[in-house]
Amino acid sequence: MTGEQPYGGHMRGISMMRLRGLVKKESYQIIRDPSSIGIAFVLPVVLLFIFGYGVSLDAQHVPMAMVIDKPDKAAFDFISGFGQSEYFSPVIMNNIQEAEKALMQRRIDGIVWLRGDFGRLLLSTGNAPIGVIVNGVDANQARITIGYVTGAWIKWLERFSMERGRPLNIPVNVDYRIWFNAAVRSRNFLVPGLIAVIMTLIGAMLTAMVIAREWERGTMEALMVSPVKIQEILLGKIIPYFVLGMGGMALSVAMAIFIFHVPLRGSFFALTIGSALFMLTAIFMGLLISQTAGSQFVAGQIAIVVTFLPAFMLSGFVFDIGSMPMVIQWLTHLVAARYFVSILQNIFLAGDIWPIFFSNCLWLVAMGTAFIVIIRKKARKRLE
Amino acid sequence: MLRRIYALMVKEFLAILKDKKSRMVLVLPPVAQILVFGYAASFDLYNVPYAVYNEDTGEASRVFLARFDGSRTFKFYGAIDDDAQIASLINLGKVLMVIHLGPTFSRDLSREKTGTIQVILDGRNSNTALIGLNYIQSIVADFNEDWAATHGRTIPPARLVVRSWFNEMLDSHWFIIPGIVALLTLVVTIEVTSLSVAKEREAGTFDQLLVTPMTPVEILVGKSLPGFIIGTLEATFIILVIVTWFHIPLRGSIPALYFGLFTFLLSAIGIGLMISAFSVTQQQGLMGAFLFLVPSVILSGFATPIANMPRLVQDLTYLNPLRYFLIVVRSIFLQGASFDLLWSQYWPMALIGVVTLAAAGMLFRGRMY
Amino acid sequence: MNRRGTADSASGQAYQQHGLSVQTPSIVKSSSPKGMSVHSEYCLEATGANKSFFLGRRRVIALDDFSARVKKGMVTGLIGPDGAGKTTFMRMAVGLLIPDKGRIICLGMDTSRDSLEVQAAIGYMPQRFGLYEDLTVQENLDLYADLQGVPNEVRPGRYRELMRMTGLGPFTRRLAGRLSGGMKQKLGLACTLIKPPALLILDEPTVGVDPLSRRELWHIVYRQVEEEGMSVLLSTSYLDEAERCQDVILIHEGRFLGQDEPHVFSKALEGHSFILTPSRGDKRRLQEVLSERHEVIDALILGEKVRLVTRDAMEPQEVKRCFQVGVDFDVQVVEPRFEDAFISLLKRKKEGEGEAELHHAITPSMVRGSRDEEVIAVKDLKRKFGNFYAVKGIDFTVKRGEIFGLLGANGAGKSTTFRMLCGLLPASSGELRVAGHNLRRARAKARAKIGYMAQRFSLYGGLTVYQNLRFFSSAYGLRGKRQRQRIGWALESFDLSGLKDARSGTLPLGYKQRLALAVALMHEPEILFLDEPTSGVDPLARREFWRHINALAEANVTVMVTTHFMEEAEYCDRMVIMAQGEILAAGTPEEMKARFRSPENPDPTMEDAFIALIEMHGQEAESA
Repeated sequence: MTGEQPYGGHMRGISMMRLRGLVKKESYQIIRDPSSIGIAFVLPVVLLFIFGYGVSLDAQHVPMAMVIDKPDKAAFDFISGFGQSEYFSPVIMNNIQEAEKALMQRRIDGIVWLRGDFGRLLLSTGNAPIGVIVNGVDANQARITIGYVTGAWIKWLERFSMERGRPLNIPVNVDYRIWFNAAVRSRNFLVPGLIAVIMTLIGAMLTAMVIAREWERGTMEALMVSPVKIQEILLGKIIPYFVLGMGGMALSVAMAIFIFHVPLRGSFFALTIGSALFMLTAIFMGLLISQTAGSQFVAGQIAIVVTFLPAFMLSGFVFDIGSMPMVIQWLTHLVAARYFVSILQNIFLAGDIWPIFFSNCLWLVAMGTAFIVIIRKKARKRLE
Repeated sequence: MLRRIYALMVKEFLAILKDKKSRMVLVLPPVAQILVFGYAASFDLYNVPYAVYNEDTGEASRVFLARFDGSRTFKFYGAIDDDAQIASLINLGKVLMVIHLGPTFSRDLSREKTGTIQVILDGRNSNTALIGLNYIQSIVADFNEDWAATHGRTIPPARLVVRSWFNEMLDSHWFIIPGIVALLTLVVTIEVTSLSVAKEREAGTFDQLLVTPMTPVEILVGKSLPGFIIGTLEATFIILVIVTWFHIPLRGSIPALYFGLFTFLLSAIGIGLMISAFSVTQQQGLMGAFLFLVPSVILSGFATPIANMPRLVQDLTYLNPLRYFLIVVRSIFLQGASFDLLWSQYWPMALIGVVTLAAAGMLFRGRMY
Repeated sequence: MNRRGTADSASGQAYQQHGLSVQTPSIVKSSSPKGMSVHSEYCLEATGANKSFFLGRRRVIALDDFSARVKKGMVTGLIGPDGAGKTTFMRMAVGLLIPDKGRIICLGMDTSRDSLEVQAAIGYMPQRFGLYEDLTVQENLDLYADLQGVPNEVRPGRYRELMRMTGLGPFTRRLAGRLSGGMKQKLGLACTLIKPPALLILDEPTVGVDPLSRRELWHIVYRQVEEEGMSVLLSTSYLDEAERCQDVILIHEGRFLGQDEPHVFSKALEGHSFILTPSRGDKRRLQEVLSERHEVIDALILGEKVRLVTRDAMEPQEVKRCFQVGVDFDVQVVEPRFEDAFISLLKRKKEGEGEAELHHAITPSMVRGSRDEEVIAVKDLKRKFGNFYAVKGIDFTVKRGEIFGLLGANGAGKSTTFRMLCGLLPASSGELRVAGHNLRRARAKARAKIGYMAQRFSLYGGLTVYQNLRFFSSAYGLRGKRQRQRIGWALESFDLSGLKDARSGTLPLGYKQRLALAVALMHEPEILFLDEPTSGVDPLARREFWRHINALAEANVTVMVTTHFMEEAEYCDRMVIMAQGEILAAGTPEEMKARFRSPENPDPTMEDAFIALIEMHGQEAESA
């Protein structure tokens, strides 16, 4: 029994005629099958729209109740700062009971409460307490709200002190600069991350179904008995879907720049290389899924499970990887999207930072190579 | 009629539980997702690396910087002594921020002037930067208060006394984890129901079912009940894990929680069966489920607030049952809410459920070729 | 064309159908490989080939010590029922599977070692040929020409020739998915022939193809042999096609059963075959009684007559004497057919293995009502999809206790009609009465009186036999004692008691068929609808199935059946033949055949009648 070794050991040469035939065939199929075009072009646009507009961490017009127990000039002076800020939409309420009820009913997200003795304490002993209650259910938003309130408070303090001719004298003042995203627009970092998440899904979905489809429709058996080589079948799949995927990618990048106004600070060159590497890795992953699954249905199911959720949760696109427990941080290294999120966030916001770029590319190359080696090993011109 | 429904329900259960793959769908996602979400999905920062560029040699700068050492949030990466190093550390992502103390920091403090520190943050993830900045602000505020008290400096005329309700420590796990009840229940119910008709269509058994004297209503009820039972069990399991493993308080009314779960399941099953009735093959069912699940999770307020979305998108979320149930779950878990606060969430879910189930029932017979 | 899923599951399915042969691995007799030269007179030689697969944890033997030789320059048929191992053998012959033991030499090359070379020299058309349905006819040809490395210069000539041969010339720009089943098969064959192979291997090329296209496919195959000197190995489960081969290899349950020219097989049965004409039209009683007799190998209904194959050669008078069964009949000696020989071989083999005799027909309870009553009445029935009429206004009636056939090629509108009759599809217009109820208004009432057996024997594969029976009986409203009784009846009548707790998905196809029939009969329906009820099961199981159906018809149950096996049309009392949404002809099988009786063809078969009808219709359509 000598026949068990997979084919491809001999006859290494790839015939251009056969490859051209396969690529042409695949391209016709893509053009005529609206679902591939849909997945490559419509899905990213729709998803990017939904996510781009739907996912934002910038709280604005936070509904806040203003409760003033004893209306006087000092109190009104204090809350006037909230009215001018775009961060708040203040609602005046008559007493704290009403405000607390509103907080329970989720009509407001926080309360600023100036007690009856606010004006008196302010002018006499100083250090008058300003009660702030926030709804802590969403801790992140609560923290951002507290930050806004603190900002409003400091502004008021400065104004108040200036008016009395005694400049504010606090021991330490923080002067901060946020690099790469001075306006702190969350969309600037979310949109590049989203492109990575969406492209993971699309790359894998596009290809996950294609080999399974050939098995299902019985076309694989006919391919197998022709003199075609397994490398040619694989290349014949990779080339057209790579082109298609890159098209979807270009569309997404254009949307990021022209619709979501994300700055592109790095070079186009780095963007192309990074995207190409990532696209290949995603396609290889899709092929591997396809090969393993055997039916389009199972392939689709696996593609969704192994790409979408991990890309969403573990890529660092919204949740900071550095803050995760160690075990989960290791796990994130298996998620290809993680590297692409980093590449894209850097190229878009920071520019070409080569050490980061190269280390991420290296990981992608390693993953892609691992996938293609497994694919090649598993692919045989046999039916068993 | 009841017997026929019962027979169909038993059959559905057998079909779900006897198939290894569908058993996996019921067990794996809950466990995996609870672990991943429970531990990975958090906006809280731990061990954020920072570097210090301290040009000051005075005592005060050391006292000030010591405040950062004690914090779980920050992790000291190293000290630098050159302006140029800031850029390389931040660019390469080695540190999230650099704290820069000028040469006059200690002197300013001792002269009762304001010492200014400069913080440079990496804004590539602007949310992390903002949270990091908030942490710094609160450390500085604490320092200021203590310094003023011990060094007899004038204190500001008013101070903020901040309390956060329902989640006193502002732990974002408390926000995310109860949401998993809603998320997972939705995913599992949609998975169980969205393929149930398509699978039978593919196998040809749906025709076999339709030629029996069973009415569409009976088929609908028989196909819904397993979803209800599985959804309820699954939700109960997750609630138990949340309370006993993650120690998140369950403060409100349990009947109100289960009533909410009931209306939510009604709507989820309705949508699942509608997708299923629409699709001729399992593949279409899967795509349909996916195309429903992704936006409904994103636009539910699960991770990012609905209030931050554009108006039009906000209006769209009113069609999303997950939106309502997330509020129900979080209100009951953290706020201790009961029925009276939640009617406005119950009825939209019930309405979605009734409408979609009716549509599914009509589609059973409508799409038979 | 629903026979195969993915290739992997395809092999799986093949073993399932064949599940009865699950056994412990047998010891294989060592067969020494003979030395073979390239100039051998054989193009394919298998020596002691063994192949088994694992289906879950079960080991299933697909080929068991199989040796056979295919001669050069002729058409060799590989004949056997579904699941016999035909596909496995062909896949091994082209190097897609490797034998566990033994070896296969194709054109002088070992298929497991030199599979790429073998593949370059042969042409293989799998059961569902890999046409890309979203590519046009021309693009499919181009693809296979590229893959086969056909030089650009010779392509135009070759294309022209293939298009002329297949008659696909006018359709080169049409998408392959839009072709009819027969045209798809012809295109598949054209793609396989693009570079003329030395050996052409065709796996069930005629499955699901209408008789007219079948005839054309055979024509193309023979041209290759005669004009190009090609060798052809072709598998089929249609026994009538065996007679068209020059040499046949019989295979059953993975084992070699015999090889010879087809007429040699039938010759052995000379004097065993008779046609009996019952005097009082009691063909069903006669057939039933004959089937029970030990002396009988096979008894088939043939229109108003019964075809009989006896165990021993007999004289006509002997036959009359031997079978005095209360029905008068005339006896006439006929030429034995290949099918007679095959059934005889199978039956003797089964008996030799000590397997039980054929089971008795079921005993259904009598349906009350007059046999003159019309239980199905269809008047000007139409069904529109978009602006295409799938059924263009048809009329017919079916009387109680009749077996009524609905025949036609794919796309003729017979499935649409059938689905409307069962209430699965609303009619666009027209009148439809089933069991006395107007289907447009009282669907639920009508449904309680009908039984339905879907194509592919739709059962819940994950559920056991018992659970399936329980579920469907509950769905029909049976309960308590009656339900237990009916389930008991079903398990016993269909011999399923031993398999009560087996998952129905893992049953062999024949058993699935029985269970599906049992399910359809749980509530003792007045009318039974059967959609392609025997596709894919072996000829013995098919005979057994029809005995049940005959018994039902005797008990006044009305049976409505669609089929593409023309020979099965003979079982029908009356039938209609449909094409393009219209009824071409209606009547008894005798009437159908009689229309085309001619000096050249004094005894036309159902298939001849069918083809003639379709051709006539085509000419009418053209002249109109």
